[in-house]
Amino acid sequence: MNKIVANADEAIRGIEDGMTLMVGGFGLCGIPENCIAALIRKGVKSLTCISNNAGVDDFGLGLLLQARLIKKMISSYVGENAEFERQMLSGELEVELIPQGTLATRCLAAGYGMPAVFTPAGVGTEVAEGKEVRVFNGKEYLLEYAFDAPFAIVKAWKGDAHGNLVFHETARNFNPLMAMAGKITIAEVEELVPVGSLDPDHIHTPGIYVHRIFQGERYEKRIEQRTVRKPS
Amino acid sequence: MLDKIGIAKRIAREVRDGYYVNLGIGIPTLVANYIPHGMNVVLQSENGLLGIGPFPLEGEEDPDLINAGKQTITTLPGSAFFDSAMSFGMIRSGKVDLTILGAMEVSENGDIANWKIPGKMVKGMGGAMDLVAAAKNIIVAMQHVNKAGESKLLHACSLPLTGKKCVKKIVTELAVLDVLPEGGFKLLERAPGISVEEIVKATAGKLIITGDIPEMVID
Repeated sequence: MNKIVANADEAIRGIEDGMTLMVGGFGLCGIPENCIAALIRKGVKSLTCISNNAGVDDFGLGLLLQARLIKKMISSYVGENAEFERQMLSGELEVELIPQGTLATRCLAAGYGMPAVFTPAGVGTEVAEGKEVRVFNGKEYLLEYAFDAPFAIVKAWKGDAHGNLVFHETARNFNPLMAMAGKITIAEVEELVPVGSLDPDHIHTPGIYVHRIFQGERYEKRIEQRTVRKPS
Repeated sequence: MLDKIGIAKRIAREVRDGYYVNLGIGIPTLVANYIPHGMNVVLQSENGLLGIGPFPLEGEEDPDLINAGKQTITTLPGSAFFDSAMSFGMIRSGKVDLTILGAMEVSENGDIANWKIPGKMVKGMGGAMDLVAAAKNIIVAMQHVNKAGESKLLHACSLPLTGKKCVKKIVTELAVLDVLPEGGFKLLERAPGISVEEIVKATAGKLIITGDIPEMVID
């Protein structure tokens, strides 16, 4: 089993204009920096991106927004991005805001082969508009469908040729869920390690969910809110 | 009148030994600094961490280690990482004992609005809708009135809702109030130097006052 591709440009082959992509990360933490750069190089347009956030003006998915490559964002939180706000208010960008747990669970459902889930998040709010409501044990729940995306792009700490992935700290976030949910999952890793060197007990995403893998380069890993304490 | 730290200190008194707590952005984050020493409390960050430690020392910031507000943090002995689905799984299934979050408006039946001002601010709900739909105990930390001087404790919310009938308690710069299951804000405590009349004036929704209202203890 060898899923290794040479680089990000080769990894994103098959991603075409108008497609829906799932992109891992929370804020700028655990984002697939190399694949984002490759998408800009390729210049694929009218993308729909499912990602918890939309990056900042000049980093992460903000770079795709800057290049006007995104038609629609499906996210839970999009603050901290002036270009995003401008495109949204001017109507250039379509935005669907959904609760963060719903976003996670719709990925999970896709990876688990379940067409839909019921969640209490958003009951009685505008998120519930047009959605089926069911009552279980006296409490209302919304029917939410599994995502259906041809590609998922994730970032892991370590991975091997089988596609087995290990994530690091809170850079895990949506990455393993989106890895499970994509029809074709592309994983970029900080370190590609020999098969057999990852402890099978410690693998977060089994390689069956991953189709292409490569070692990324020059990770910037920008910090969004640098907060420190004084030595006591 | 309490400042932000005063509100955080008062809310910290609601935390109990053994609690798992989710703190929202803003004043709620400050609550972590005033949890009594010796109390075992584990803070949950919905981006995938149980056991939030203090901010790192300068030079020790780790871009892979942030809280839900995207701030650099540290772990503690006993911390655990997990993915976003498990994070909201533990919230949805009621394992998190207490959620503390900010609000733009709260209604007398416990509805909360804190994610959108139509035409002005649309940043998104993040994890707030999941938290308020599932947490057993929700305390709101907020100012009693907005910048225009209008009450944020209302008969009914005017802004798009985050959740319905979910807020249990509110701590503001003026007062501590319970939201009663049958509806109404029950005044429990006054902030130091604040009269009941001032609280009545600042509260637009149904306010229930029975007997003498004690001044709150914060330290």
